[in-house]
Amino acid sequence: MKILVPVKRVIDANIRVRVKSDNSGVETANVKMAMNPFCEIAVEEALRIKEAGDAEEVILFSAGGEKTPETIRTGLAMGADRGVHVQTDERLEPLTIAKMIAAVAEKEGADLVILGKQSIDGDNNQTGQMLAAIMKRPLGSYISEIKKNAEGFAITREIDAGLEKLQIGSPAVVTTDLRLNEPRYASLPNIMKAKKKPIETLSPADVGVEIKARTEVLKVAEPPAREAGVRVSGAGELVDKLKNEAKVIS
Amino acid sequence: MSANILVIAEHDGAELYPGTLNTVAAAGEIAARHDGGGGAGEIHILLVGENLGEIAKSCAKAAGVTKILVVDDAKFAHPGAEDVAAQISAALGGGAYSHALAPASTFGKAVIPYAAALLDRQAISDISEVSEADTFVRPIYAGNAMETVKSLESPVLLTVRTTAFEPAAQDGNAAVENAAAAEPPVRVKFIEHALSSSERPELTSARVVVSGGRGMQNGENFAMLEKLADKLGGAVGASRAAVDAGFVPNEYQVGQTGKVVAPDLYLAVGISGAIQHLAGMKDSKCIVAINNDEEAPIFQVADYSWCEDLFTAVPALQGELEK
Ligand SMILES: Cc1cc2nc3c(=O)[nH]c(=O)nc-3n(C[C@H](O)[C@H](O)[C@H](O)COP(=O)(O)OP(=O)(O)OC[C@H]3O[C@@H](n4cnc5c(N)ncnc54)[C@H](O)[C@@H]3O)c2cc1C
Ligand SMILES: Nc1ncnc2c1ncn2[C@@H]1O[C@H](COP(=O)(O)O)[C@@H](O)[C@H]1O
Repeated sequence: MKILVPVKRVIDANIRVRVKSDNSGVETANVKMAMNPFCEIAVEEALRIKEAGDAEEVILFSAGGEKTPETIRTGLAMGADRGVHVQTDERLEPLTIAKMIAAVAEKEGADLVILGKQSIDGDNNQTGQMLAAIMKRPLGSYISEIKKNAEGFAITREIDAGLEKLQIGSPAVVTTDLRLNEPRYASLPNIMKAKKKPIETLSPADVGVEIKARTEVLKVAEPPAREAGVRVSGAGELVDKLKNEAKVIS
Repeated sequence: MSANILVIAEHDGAELYPGTLNTVAAAGEIAARHDGGGGAGEIHILLVGENLGEIAKSCAKAAGVTKILVVDDAKFAHPGAEDVAAQISAALGGGAYSHALAPASTFGKAVIPYAAALLDRQAISDISEVSEADTFVRPIYAGNAMETVKSLESPVLLTVRTTAFEPAAQDGNAAVENAAAAEPPVRVKFIEHALSSSERPELTSARVVVSGGRGMQNGENFAMLEKLADKLGGAVGASRAAVDAGFVPNEYQVGQTGKVVAPDLYLAVGISGAIQHLAGMKDSKCIVAINNDEEAPIFQVADYSWCEDLFTAVPALQGELEK
């Protein structure tokens, strides 16, 4: 079995993002970038499946600008085998990315594609679902468990009401939730080894995808700020304020 | 182009989920901004599942809705994203609708992008405001920024941040119609649900939410918060740290990647206030934080900040409320 893991380069989750003063987007110049946390979980799961002897190869995919290979390297240092980079500086929408992933999954003969459930910059939560629809493959979204079996994969999904267990066929598309695993740190020898692992660079045309904007971002603005509150120092005072000032309890 | 709007109902086979009504309200705002000849189109609800009689009746009461399209089929007893998306794409395929909307729940977030891709359209996630019929505001970067985005195509597929829209009233009387089932591209096999049953109100629509974090130390201590929630008629939520540590199940998680809540009163107990947590609760009307760390970031968004050991503060608060 071959596993394809699409990974995205995003602003590090620990950075407090700032909106640009011209409202065209958020400040990305000189900001620390990292692999999207859900993608790290996806890479980790793929490696565990490989280490369990159920997969021969873990291939990483990422679409983005010229620094994108750095993010692919992060995954190679965790232990993935090789990378595919579709290089473009254009704004990419989930449908476009899903089409690129579909083309690469097809070409590589990937039996399982593991994506993050959500990128923490755009908070789209769309690409995996779109990929499953495009490839007409069964979808396991928001998974907290996956086991390979004779029929494909037994998965557990985190849903709003609790957990849902499904049996899905193979080949399949799954997206990771936070509790699927705890991603490993790359060891120094593995970081060194990763430098020699191959990353193939392709253009959008190479994967047969035309980039066409289907949405337009008109503005990116600061969210409304909350007004500073007050300190309370006891239960009596708090309850009084909730009843008589905020009027949220009676 | 027709200006009709389709809302996808969310339910569990027994009951209609309340988020559907907030989604109908968002559809109403789009309808009000449609300027296509003849003015606003109709709002319809699509309901997919098995044995839907009672749920269809609940849908029919949603104010502003004129028609309920029911796809009632034994094979959709536990519909997968594939199943529902196929019905949406069939309904939208003929150009009968300008928009399709579902709540931004784990249900809606799975089916809407799937359906959009079947139709070769780009979906827009988690809208919190309708600016124009084709232009929406949505939070990005865990709510650190608000993006105004315009769709350049039709139909427009959306998921709706339900806390940002008041639910539609329930004094409507829509017609209920059966629709033929469309064949999904693939199917998955449902095995089982592990759902925790609770007598408390549902987290995303509760008027009061009492949430605990890592500061609670263990699951047993959550009993304190449950008692408080019961006294206030509220639901219990949690931070990711509390869920990861196994204090409470995953469905309690509030935040960027958990549930979004906006109750009248949100009580954060032993929660530091990481940006990813704030993303799920900072639109609450009134926020109370109990934390023994003077510097905890949660105090920056709280209306009432109480710097105290929670094991002292929570019982004291309970006692005061029971007076
Ligand atoms: C991609 C990603 C997605 C995430 N999504 C979410 C999400 O959806 N929701 C979410 O919540 N988090 C999310 N997180 C995690 C988030 O960054 C924080 O790690 C998490 O919210 C911390 O939880 P906490 O506040 O309970 O724990 P901590 O940060 O450890 O805070 C515990 C607090 O309890 C206080 N405390 C301890 N003992 C006491 C006491 N006796 N009395 C009073 N106060 C006490 C401490 O002062 C401290 O402020 C996400 C992170 C990432 C990277
Ligand atoms: N530019 C990209 N390159 C590779 N994978 C991506 C890219 N954007 C999104 N993905 C994948 O799709 C997942 C969900 O992203 P999104 O739909 O944007 O929330 C991510 O966790 C990645 O696995």
